[in-house]
Amino acid sequence: MATRQTSTLARFMMAPSVILLFIWMIVPLAMTLWFSFQNYNLLNPANVSFAGLFNYKFFYTDPAFFQSIWNTLVLVVGVLLITVIGGIALALLLDQPMFGQGIVRILVISPFFVMPPVAALVWKNMIMHPGYGVFADFAKFFGAQPVDWFAQFPLFSIIIIVAWQWLPFATLILLTALQSLDGEQKEAAEMDGAGIVSRFIYLTIPHISRAVTVVILIQTIFLLGVYAEILVTTNGGPGYASTNLPFLIYRTALLGYDVGGASAGGIIAVILANIVAFFLMRAVGKNLDK
Amino acid sequence: MARAVSTRRKIGFTVAAWVVALLIFFPILYTIITSFKSETEAIAGFSLVPSGTLESYAEVQAQSNYFKFFLNSVIIAVGSTILALVVAVPAAWSMAFSPTKRTKDILMWMLSTKMMPAVAVLVPIYLIFRDTYLLDTRIGLTVMLMLINLPIVVWMLYTYFREIPGEILEAARMDGATLWGEIVYVLTPMAVPGIASTMLLNIILAWNEAFWTIRLTTTNAAPLTAFIASFSSPQGLFWAKLSAASTLAIAPILIMGWFSQRQLVRGLTFGAVK
Repeated sequence: MATRQTSTLARFMMAPSVILLFIWMIVPLAMTLWFSFQNYNLLNPANVSFAGLFNYKFFYTDPAFFQSIWNTLVLVVGVLLITVIGGIALALLLDQPMFGQGIVRILVISPFFVMPPVAALVWKNMIMHPGYGVFADFAKFFGAQPVDWFAQFPLFSIIIIVAWQWLPFATLILLTALQSLDGEQKEAAEMDGAGIVSRFIYLTIPHISRAVTVVILIQTIFLLGVYAEILVTTNGGPGYASTNLPFLIYRTALLGYDVGGASAGGIIAVILANIVAFFLMRAVGKNLDK
Repeated sequence: MARAVSTRRKIGFTVAAWVVALLIFFPILYTIITSFKSETEAIAGFSLVPSGTLESYAEVQAQSNYFKFFLNSVIIAVGSTILALVVAVPAAWSMAFSPTKRTKDILMWMLSTKMMPAVAVLVPIYLIFRDTYLLDTRIGLTVMLMLINLPIVVWMLYTYFREIPGEILEAARMDGATLWGEIVYVLTPMAVPGIASTMLLNIILAWNEAFWTIRLTTTNAAPLTAFIASFSSPQGLFWAKLSAASTLAIAPILIMGWFSQRQLVRGLTFGAVK
């Protein structure tokens, strides 16, 4: 269908997007890489020198670095566990016949549209606050001591908030996948005497496995970058108890004015994200071939 | 084919689903309720019945000039979306209608730019913005969010455009349609729904973006995300006011989100789940 004329035209039509994204990808990344080998502090910008691998070593020997990597992993895995298992359960429930299904769907999807700072502040003050939060109200009602969530379980509290934001996403995608499961297949399995458990294991699970993969990969990309939720709740503390890698980089860069150190952290973040991205691209790419 | 479902079973599922749904929705619901309470009511313990006062809303507007932040959010979210569409529509169009061997590679490469962690380029972007005087400007933030969401916009448009059958073009050509006529009378009407839902999802994503909007603004261009984040400081802790500000910040996007939830799946999974 494409003549030479249209393919030239096609190139012109594609050029702005490709060029913009290329610049957007290459320029800042190259600068980060360059800075990561420099001694560069914003408080002393005249004195920039080559640092070799010092910034990486500095980042690597900082005890906060390993804690932040560990916190990043706990955050990602914790949220994934809650959202994937909860999402499958919720999707199965929402797939059943019921009254008011449309409204239920709307209620369940809503947290996804709440901007991160609002979600974090609402949970911090309205729900988890040790003095006036709903949890504290209930604890007092039952005569228990209210829990100071963000002081005692900072990382866990952030996991809860982030999981609340992403559970709707997982549910919606898994529900979409469930609904594309052929009704006749289900009926046939039922007629062959397959029980509810074996139908779930041999029919439902294989059918939604790809959607689960996509949910895990996409969420991981976003969860590796969780930032606003930490900023407005614990600010990374107490100590470094709830500091993840992005937050540590932010602290180093904009609070410590250490451009070199933050850039080295940034490059480490890029490497981490690339490992995930590799698998996500394969999953999405497979779909394009079909 | 439809199976007879016993009403009792249906009622059971209904109750279970509504309980779970209301639990998930509860933080939002409670925020909306609290926004209609007075400050003393708001910290007086658990109650689902507000007095219905609007004083928190009045105070939010009076004290913090809420409307300015709201306007910034609208300008940045809508502006970046329109900008992204202007750049992305031709690209998605040509990839869908005259694909080459490299189309798939280009699409995958665009997706890969989305995987770069924002924080990794925080320093250079901050320095570039500082040196070009783009810090805390609406235009800077608009361009930034346009670049961030451009891959998603191209992808979503591509998946929509690809579903427009090519045969219809041939039919139009046989009937003597010119290239211009083809675009205006045949393709555009078929492409509009896809463009509209792409636009909707992108406005939502841009509205809720909470890394660059907080880091690259201070006052002039600060949108609602930055405004709300400023409430985290201790002197800003007024429950009813916080609730009113939060309700105002999420209400418009919540409503848009309800309308776009079906397109959401396609847009956010890059067409991998439909």
